[in-house]
Amino acid sequence: MTIIELSNLTKYYGKARGIVDLSINVAEGEIFGFIGPNGAGKSTTIRLLVSLIHPTSGTARVFGKDVTTHGPEIRRSIGYLPSEVFYYEGMKVIDLLRYSASFFPGDCIPRLHELAEYMELDLNRRIGDLSYGNKKKVGIVQGLLHSPKLLFLDEPTSGLDPLMQRKFFDLIRQENARGVTVFFSSHILGEVQRLCSRVGIIREGRLVEISDIRSLQQNNYKKVRLTAADIQPSAFDLPGVTTLQVENDSLRFFFKGDINTVLHKLSALQVTDVTIEEPTLEEIFLHYYE
Amino acid sequence: MSANIFLHELRAHLRSVLTWSLSLLALTFFFMGIFTSFASQAELMNTMLAKFPPQLLAAFGMNGMDLSTVLGYYSFLYLFIQICHSIQAGNFGFGLVSIEESELTADFLLSRPVSRARILTSKLLAAALSLLLTDLVVVIGSLVALNLFRDGRPFELGTLFLLFLALPIFQAFFLALGLVISLLVKRVRNVTPYALGLGFGMYLLNAFSGLQGKVIFLEYLTPYKHFDANFIVQNTALDTPLVLLNGLVTVLALAASYWLYLRRDIPAVV
Repeated sequence: MTIIELSNLTKYYGKARGIVDLSINVAEGEIFGFIGPNGAGKSTTIRLLVSLIHPTSGTARVFGKDVTTHGPEIRRSIGYLPSEVFYYEGMKVIDLLRYSASFFPGDCIPRLHELAEYMELDLNRRIGDLSYGNKKKVGIVQGLLHSPKLLFLDEPTSGLDPLMQRKFFDLIRQENARGVTVFFSSHILGEVQRLCSRVGIIREGRLVEISDIRSLQQNNYKKVRLTAADIQPSAFDLPGVTTLQVENDSLRFFFKGDINTVLHKLSALQVTDVTIEEPTLEEIFLHYYE
Repeated sequence: MSANIFLHELRAHLRSVLTWSLSLLALTFFFMGIFTSFASQAELMNTMLAKFPPQLLAAFGMNGMDLSTVLGYYSFLYLFIQICHSIQAGNFGFGLVSIEESELTADFLLSRPVSRARILTSKLLAAALSLLLTDLVVVIGSLVALNLFRDGRPFELGTLFLLFLALPIFQAFFLALGLVISLLVKRVRNVTPYALGLGFGMYLLNAFSGLQGKVIFLEYLTPYKHFDANFIVQNTALDTPLVLLNGLVTVLALAASYWLYLRRDIPAVV
């Protein structure tokens, strides 16, 4: 079943571009990564999906329902963690979370305490006194306490220390194992790589590519590094070779195509060291922005 | 209406209700407390007032005001109550949705599973109840103060209740107008200047149109004219056409607010 369905979704703020012609489908149970640099339109997309803003044209459907007409109904099963978290400063953490829980049917209070304990969140502090990281934890508990079926995470790890980030990722994996669909936006590729099964790349408001994280890494590029005496860079001036870099006796490049052509060239050389590996998502990503 | 939003809002208004109630209570008792000494000199006062140019008196809303009577004197105090009410109601109106937007808590509230119409209704009702509570304190305070300090002079209770009746309609105007203006401008960063501007602006509009000595179009726009205490006391009636005009503006402002809020893009952090 398709949980999120964007077709030709477009948002302009007056003349300023938000997103243009975005079409994405996210299936139930998926962890979908949404990557792009700041200002690419990631937050705009999520804000459209939770009906904080209205589309200029195109449609967005969640659980098969249009977000502009069925907002409240859809939001009953959504958890949303904004990139910047702001809550009523004068309230105590527990009061804010109780307030949040009061909007949802059923008793969310046991889950609230479970999550707070797991995230090591002090419930009796005033929100105004919290550090950024702790506010983020409030955001996480707030987004999950009503056991939503779909999670929107907008750059969720900023402000969390590495230990907390790991705990948070474990939490998301647990939720996902229960069948929760996750829409995860980030500009940090490493974390998308760790968590997501499929990824959409957005640039200047437009979708550049949607692909499996594996096929993105495997089917496209190899990263080749070799060291050899008297190396001739021109020897690797092959079709499919990009960003060739020479450094003393070593050579680095990306290769796309039949790897045998590279191996063939290598066999003619007296190499001291060779590595051929998957490029990191970071490196693939940079390629899309060139 | 959502009970949880309503209660949350009410709690947020509590301090405003307390401060304004206590200030207005203090003002009422202070003002009425000096009525006795004032009334005994009132004949002198009235002759003095009669020597002032009528335009000046009009500017202070004192035209035809008889300070020797209880309600004539109370009309003068009533003007200050109105000014305070206009600022409080304007504050609520301007801040109703703009505070959440400037403090960026709107993201939280609007991503809850509630429609915007219900959010706005809950907020409006909470603000309305807060204003009514402030009113109630003013009404009770005025009744007590008038009876304590009226110095044995009689007054028409019915007319006094007309003045009381006018207060919530007067407040509703500023609540609604503040709200619709806050939704029309791009972003309200600080509520108080807007509320002061609207409250005093409307007051000045009435004062200056009085200064002209003749009715000009603009004064029909201001609630200070719609609910002129002198008129109410002298005629023992509200100025029905103007009250209807006032109600119409309020209703239109509210309708426009719903229309705008349901279509509004909530600004994000930049």
